[in-house]
Amino acid sequence: MSDETTDAPGPVTMLATPIGLDFDFTPGIAQSKFLRGLEQGKFLGQRCPVCGKVYVPSRGSCPTDGVPTTEDVELSNVGTVTTYCVVNVPFAGQSIEIPYICAQILLDGANLSFMGLLQEIPTDQIRMGMRVEAVWVEPDQLTPSLASVRYFRPVDEPDADYETYKEYL
Amino acid sequence: MSAAARTPRPVSIASFAQMQNVRKDDEHNEVEMLMPVIAEVFGNIGITKDDVDFICSGSTDYLIGGPFSFVMALDAVGVWPPRSESHVEMDGAWALYEAWVLLQEGEIDAALVYSFGRSSLGDLNEILSLQLDPYYLAPMWPDTVSLAALQARALIDAGKATEADFAAIAARSRKDALSNPKAQVANDIPAETLLEDEYVVSPLRRHALPPITDGAAAIVLAAGDKARQWSDKPVWITGFDHRIETHSLGARDLTSSPSTTRAAEVAGLADGPVDVAEIHAPYAHQEIIIREALGLDETVPINPSGGPLAANPLMSAGLIRIGEAAASIKSGKAKRAVAHATSGPCLQQNLVCVLEGE
Repeated sequence: MSDETTDAPGPVTMLATPIGLDFDFTPGIAQSKFLRGLEQGKFLGQRCPVCGKVYVPSRGSCPTDGVPTTEDVELSNVGTVTTYCVVNVPFAGQSIEIPYICAQILLDGANLSFMGLLQEIPTDQIRMGMRVEAVWVEPDQLTPSLASVRYFRPVDEPDADYETYKEYL
Repeated sequence: MSAAARTPRPVSIASFAQMQNVRKDDEHNEVEMLMPVIAEVFGNIGITKDDVDFICSGSTDYLIGGPFSFVMALDAVGVWPPRSESHVEMDGAWALYEAWVLLQEGEIDAALVYSFGRSSLGDLNEILSLQLDPYYLAPMWPDTVSLAALQARALIDAGKATEADFAAIAARSRKDALSNPKAQVANDIPAETLLEDEYVVSPLRRHALPPITDGAAAIVLAAGDKARQWSDKPVWITGFDHRIETHSLGARDLTSSPSTTRAAEVAGLADGPVDVAEIHAPYAHQEIIIREALGLDETVPINPSGGPLAANPLMSAGLIRIGEAAASIKSGKAKRAVAHATSGPCLQQNLVCVLEGE
């Protein structure tokens, strides 16, 4: 910072030291299966041999029992909105036009919900318990990434009973 | 020092396990790395996660490049029903210290301590420079090997060591590692041959540097009845302390380690003979500094496991020293042993753990 009255440099009062690091990411055996599933247009999870819960994506262990999840399970393309948020606030790097709906979705057969974008529905009509399905990108566009799922959209089914998803809020 | 400080509640190293140390594990995630280690550390003594009252881990998000990785790692244990759990952004040796302190209070009798770190995911020279003070040093991104080389040069200039000494330590460590199946680098190359290596950063040649290692380790601590239940001949922690020096490298005498000396005093190291020492000196020259700071004479064997020159899994290499020292006692090779762990640049922070058998 320079002194405003002379050309001589003034005392340093602030220092910006930008930091950036690059890392490899290692998804591991279980999460690699999930990602490879996305590449094939399907959701793959794993079941705990002790409690029977199905995790999607699985990180290779049951966080309750601490044992390896070894049984692979293919899950439905359809699930239930357990809870949601309508995003109205613009922020840097936003890639989707506001307002949009961010929903927690519990796929049929899964015991773990994950976050997904919900579209093809006005934001004032979203509700807990709504039944939704994944809309995938074109087959030649599929990659081992959640970008393979364009978004979720409502299906023409009655809403799920609260009792069926109250454990997953 | 009060007498009480030297007569802590007896706590035993009931079990120890470590992952096969490798240059890069690109197959498993952190949970998958840890699960077999946790299973082994429990399986060694026939217990389950329900038998420990407290869990403490040591790791750093800087190695993984993601926040709260220690929370995700708990999936490897399965913390249900909920129980008391903690984490240190430090080597697992400090996680062990926290668990030991809690055991001193007498309310719990057993704890699981684990640590994990993958050094292979980023550029270690850059990552480790971020542990420096953020105003004067870190903005210059000094790489960790160069800082170690400054220390080695200071040691030579002080007349305390020669490059041949560094080579001798590296040759001995990696030869000893031939009998350690978990070691990453093990070979039998004479020191004279090693001295033909090129410098990485003068005066450090490649052999004086630790390998880059992915790894994980775990220890079960036990006190009271559980210590006897889980072992016929428990290995006891009889002294334990850690100390830190200023983060300003220019304000330190890099050729000595007063924090190690002080920790050894509080841990009562000089109260008896030492049969073996496991020293966490990642760079060959640092073993000379720590040996002197601990007051160990030339007759005390150092790092029969090969030490960090044979495998240096960041965040675990210190915990492994304690596990290896305990193993030396358990196998009958030693009656009293000392384990040392370090953290920070150029041996900034040091921990001393004294172990005794019966």
